[in-house]
Amino acid sequence: MTAAAIRISPSDNVAVACRDLVPGETIRVEGMALPITEPVALGHKISLSHLEAGDKIIKYGMPIGSATAAVPAGGWVHIHNMQSDYIPAHLRDAAGDHS
Amino acid sequence: MNHAAMTGWLRSDGRKGIRDAIVVVYLVECAHHVARRIVDKIDDPRVQLIGFPGCYPNDYALAMMKALTTHPNVGGVVLMSLGCESFNREALAANARAHQRPVETVVIQHAGGTGPAIAVGIAAVERVRADADARATRVPMALSELVIGTICGGSDGTSGITGNPAVGRAFDTLIDAGAACVFEETGEMIGCEGHMASRAATPEVAQALIASVHKAEVYYRAMGYGSFAPGNAEGGLSSQEEKSAGAYAKSGSRPIDGVIDPAEPVPGPGLYLLDVVPPGDPKFGFPNIVDNAEIGELIASGAHVNLFVTGRGSVVGSAISPVIKISANPDTYRRMVGDMDVDAGRILEGRGTLDEVGAEIVDRIVAVAQGAQTKSEALGHCEFILTYKASAPSRPAVCA
Repeated sequence: MTAAAIRISPSDNVAVACRDLVPGETIRVEGMALPITEPVALGHKISLSHLEAGDKIIKYGMPIGSATAAVPAGGWVHIHNMQSDYIPAHLRDAAGDHS
Repeated sequence: MNHAAMTGWLRSDGRKGIRDAIVVVYLVECAHHVARRIVDKIDDPRVQLIGFPGCYPNDYALAMMKALTTHPNVGGVVLMSLGCESFNREALAANARAHQRPVETVVIQHAGGTGPAIAVGIAAVERVRADADARATRVPMALSELVIGTICGGSDGTSGITGNPAVGRAFDTLIDAGAACVFEETGEMIGCEGHMASRAATPEVAQALIASVHKAEVYYRAMGYGSFAPGNAEGGLSSQEEKSAGAYAKSGSRPIDGVIDPAEPVPGPGLYLLDVVPPGDPKFGFPNIVDNAEIGELIASGAHVNLFVTGRGSVVGSAISPVIKISANPDTYRRMVGDMDVDAGRILEGRGTLDEVGAEIVDRIVAVAQGAQTKSEALGHCEFILTYKASAPSRPAVCA
């Protein structure tokens, strides 16, 4: 049986999508019902609970950054609402694409 | 899989190789074209091109080339010099000769330019190859005599949950069998230093692990950004430390026995972190500009085979030592099946477990050591890149 998303470590507050998740579906992760309201691609993260700006994002049982905005349970967690606590991410936009 | 049936090429230092490559080495970019023509015209997958582009001397590049030209997978060496560059070709040739490798040097300016140098170079490769064949000694080789490196590239959100932890399981098996395993990229361990230190074999190793990651963080801050590419974000990774945690899973669960520098041979069996970031103030730019720079350093430290985990889908191989590519993402595997050796992404689809994929990786290593081609070898991938770097001081106290 294949899960839609998995929590890697018991203390994680995000899960990883095992397939592309589509708006309108409700997935279950360890008994929790999570409404999906936006597309979440394979390998991306969804919140397992409501997060406030400043909350640590926990994955692999380790902090991987902090929320920069509130995220509802089931919401997509990525660079638009979280950031590194160490070093900025290098993105194509930020790298200065002048085309 | 019959693990007892492995054989290797016995070298003068006692190490054994799983390949018998003849490397044609350009010692400056000005000799690159001539060297490439020689390799292309000979058209033998065993004859491979490596080189260093710079004209100014660099101790790191010389140490790397000494290690690479005497790697157990290398049976013979042809050096291609323009003639006026400052690479110490005499020291490199003497080192190879001292390690019982047939070696010849072709100086393009002495040979009379491009056309004559290509002809002279082809003849030199043919002599070196014949000499290597005459010296070849195949002997039984045990799993415990292998050095295995690992790297991940083109990572996405699947890398850290399928491919990387599966490599970690393979590393545990290999280390338990007495092999040496090397993981790397301290810049991709940012955020994991505390956990790594908790696995250190000694307090000195713990200190060295933490120091190596702090050094990497300072270095990458000075460069402006960390080891985090746009494709990582498109694949669902959101921060350097998230990428780190996933990458770190490649190291498995065994104690970490030491920290080694590029071109420093592994001191014995066990698990080692390759510290790719040079000491001191940032100099010469990024520590490693692309995955193949790290693969080259793993090979220079003795890796016979490298395990390359990719989520987005890398296609690279390497000169000297085969690269086994492990797709963490099942969609990537289906899209790029011609490049991928192992389908670790099947774990996400309920078609396998981490233990099963880890065992498959070990079996694959044994098969490749027995002579089976990796996908990248079959496709002719032979990437190599070496750039300037500050040399690291030796640190004999670090390895347990």
